[in-house]
Amino acid sequence: MNKDELIIAGRTFRSRLLIGTGKYRDFKETRSAIDQSGSEVVTVAIRRTNIGQNENEQSLIEFLPPNEFTYLPNTAGCYSADDAIRTLHLARELLDGHNLVKLEVLGDPKTLYPNVVETLKAAAVLIKDGFDVMVYTSDDPIIAKKLEDIGCCAIMPLASLIGSGMGILNPWNLEIIIDTLSVPVIVDAGVGTASDAAIAMELGCDGVLMNTAIAAARDPIMMAGAMKKAIEAGREAFLAGRMSKKLYSASPSSPLSGLIK
Amino acid sequence: MYSNMKITINGNIREFTYESMTADELVVELKLTGKRFAIERNGEIMPKSLFKQFIINDGDYLEIVGAVGGG
Repeated sequence: MNKDELIIAGRTFRSRLLIGTGKYRDFKETRSAIDQSGSEVVTVAIRRTNIGQNENEQSLIEFLPPNEFTYLPNTAGCYSADDAIRTLHLARELLDGHNLVKLEVLGDPKTLYPNVVETLKAAAVLIKDGFDVMVYTSDDPIIAKKLEDIGCCAIMPLASLIGSGMGILNPWNLEIIIDTLSVPVIVDAGVGTASDAAIAMELGCDGVLMNTAIAAARDPIMMAGAMKKAIEAGREAFLAGRMSKKLYSASPSSPLSGLIK
Repeated sequence: MYSNMKITINGNIREFTYESMTADELVVELKLTGKRFAIERNGEIMPKSLFKQFIINDGDYLEIVGAVGGG
């Protein structure tokens, strides 16, 4: 069987599940969930570091060594192109020149809906500055295509609002995006449970990025395992090619002949 | 006799008994040695490779960031 790998900007991954590292009880739980999920890509946020308050405070990086995982620094909390650009330049310095990033420019604190105008601006600058930009966006197929055209290495449309767990609200738009683009399409945000992830993969998405669906589960580690299986099952179902739907004609699976009389 | 210098670090004003200091000296003062962080001075990134030469002056404002959990 051919290896079915996810390739983003020349980097090869076996897992199609990308994981956020926020909202876990502690770093140990974060690490256990990620191990259970089989994920190789982990998102992190860039924030002011504690100065002197607590010298022995543990850091996320100790639990997720950058040589074991591919870090995906994000721009969560940024509401302008300038803030996002500044944040990712700091991230690149922080991670010794690592240039694969997740760009998100938000438009509204209540919905965390992306501001695609600022997102397009930021993406263009970051690509010029040498970043490989994976970009969070709305499920608008025209914007998704524009982001691909200016050079983003993966397009990451929302399934529903960040942290909402509402699942895939517009599979039709996602299908248009998947059909239209050549770079990987990764559903980012909105997945609530394993079936949502499977549906995304059955639609033909190249991967799914999630955080809250795992971190906010009653048992995050068990949910991480469930997500791993859902992603794999959905991917295999997509590759296998589902049967066509027949709304009004049933077709028995057992032979019609040889019935006892 | 050194006069004190004031630097704004992550939004807080800090005083040091230096007239000016290198970024390397600042890292030691802040007990950040061995930790993973990045520094922006007056809106510009300070590359780690230049910490020995980079002079921080009275009135500079710094942002010092690290990686935290996030989606």
